[in-house]
Amino acid sequence: MGNAVSARGLLKKFGDAVAVDGIDFDVREGECFGIIGPNGAGKTTTMKMIYCATPRTSGELSVLGRDPGDCPEEIKKDLGVIPQENTLDTDFDVITNLLIHARYFGIPRDRARACAGELLEFIQLSEREKSPVDDLSSGMRRRLLIARGLMNDPRLLILDEPTVGLDPQARHLIWDKLRMLRKASVTLLLTTHYMEEAAELCDRVAVMDRGRILAIGPPGELIRTHIGEEVLELVLSSEDQERIPGDVQHHPARMEITSQKCLLYCEDCRSLVTHLTERGYRNIHRRPATLEDVFLTLTGRDLVE
Amino acid sequence: MRKGAPVTGYDSMIRLSWRFLRVWLRDFDSFRKYIVVNLLGNLGDPVLYLLAMGIGLGRFLGEMQGLSYIQFLAPGIIASAGMFAASYECTYMTFLKMFHLKTYDAIIVTPVNIEDVVAGDIAWGASKALFSGALMFAAVTAFGLVHSWWALLILPIVLLVGFHFASLGMLVTTMSRSFDYFSYYFELVITPIFFFSGIFFPLDDFPLWVRGIANCSPLTHAVTLCRALILGRKPPHTWLSVAIIALPSIVLFYTSIYRMKKRLIK
Repeated sequence: MGNAVSARGLLKKFGDAVAVDGIDFDVREGECFGIIGPNGAGKTTTMKMIYCATPRTSGELSVLGRDPGDCPEEIKKDLGVIPQENTLDTDFDVITNLLIHARYFGIPRDRARACAGELLEFIQLSEREKSPVDDLSSGMRRRLLIARGLMNDPRLLILDEPTVGLDPQARHLIWDKLRMLRKASVTLLLTTHYMEEAAELCDRVAVMDRGRILAIGPPGELIRTHIGEEVLELVLSSEDQERIPGDVQHHPARMEITSQKCLLYCEDCRSLVTHLTERGYRNIHRRPATLEDVFLTLTGRDLVE
Repeated sequence: MRKGAPVTGYDSMIRLSWRFLRVWLRDFDSFRKYIVVNLLGNLGDPVLYLLAMGIGLGRFLGEMQGLSYIQFLAPGIIASAGMFAASYECTYMTFLKMFHLKTYDAIIVTPVNIEDVVAGDIAWGASKALFSGALMFAAVTAFGLVHSWWALLILPIVLLVGFHFASLGMLVTTMSRSFDYFSYYFELVITPIFFFSGIFFPLDDFPLWVRGIANCSPLTHAVTLCRALILGRKPPHTWLSVAIIALPSIVLFYTSIYRMKKRLIK
């Protein structure tokens, strides 16, 4: 299998500000690839360079085997782009939105109609065919945006924060649909700042911060490499906070102390729990390590503004 | 890497394609949906001018250039209806689609590039001018003010006027930060053009410099052409007038596309 996207030394500057700082990555055909990172990490800019909405400053970029600088129309013909913002055409109802979008691709009217019908069924909006898009809930709008992005039967589907601002039901419905698409071997490229989403959906993720990729790999592997199997969370009093470094120094665990809590990353936490309980610590919470731990470890806990 | 490193290929050039028609069709579909509003909106103002000024004010005025006042006024109102329709379409409406409704964002991720979107909207602005002009033409015909089949040539003139002001409006939109900007444009550019293009009074008796300025305005030429055509007369400088409307539009058209691309594709 080839690569749907391939970037080498991809760099983007806005004036003097570096938004994407020379990154390398590949999105393989048929996989779901996620880019996670805090706001302002350069995720959206990276996506925009891929879907030909902004030119790169330097570096190499190949999308579906072509250079966005040469033939954007040829690339965009095979892309489905689902933006973070609602860009539905409010002048028209649900089905007309799909049909007009298909016309931008030059898809014949009959085929577009058939396709729109199928997709509305897929996203469970068939009954709302004639609704003005302003009447839809935010979850429905997001689903409609997905259907719109699928109208041209894309080889690569690009989703920018596909579930941001949705309630849990709406989010799970969208996840289901995305999983179905992956099974149908559509290549998916998504950005998210929900770690749970990345872990649920992605075959591989890239952790991005301040324009750079800090780590790249399958979620499980990233967790094992950067964190380990388990995490202990302790709620500490101030005297506990002072004595805990001494108490754990003989254990192979990495420790992180925040204002309220102490986190211990360890391979096998059982003996450590016993040890800490003997030393009189209470409120020890033992849980599996998650992608969020990786994310926070790599990008730091400081609020990025 | 130095600042503003050269961009290559597509990003540094203007590449128009026939796909602009798909954008035109989108605007047309939206127009059809609100056809009644569009009809009323386009007829209201100009018909009011014709009634209030042509008939109302005309009663107190004698002949102007040997014509009744309403006969003098009507062709200019047709031409200016085109100017207003195109200007409105490519300023307020385009700005709305571009920034508030994000229609542009949705289109440029399809094979339709930004150049096509801008060209499609300008083409739509010109079409809207033709539509408004044709409506006014029908109204003027109903008033019995059309005296020759040559008058039908007014329609392509209005289309040209539409293309000119659609492109100019688009250029203003590329510089505009908010809707307020357009109020200034209409008050300081469009309205003066409307009043000083020989629609309401002949420019012949004014000093040379006033006529000079007025003759720079494409609308002045459109009005002269329409006034002659509606009576079946030969306009004084037909091709010069057409050129003064058309040639700047081509420059405005490409400049506005170039600037819009620079603004939106960073």
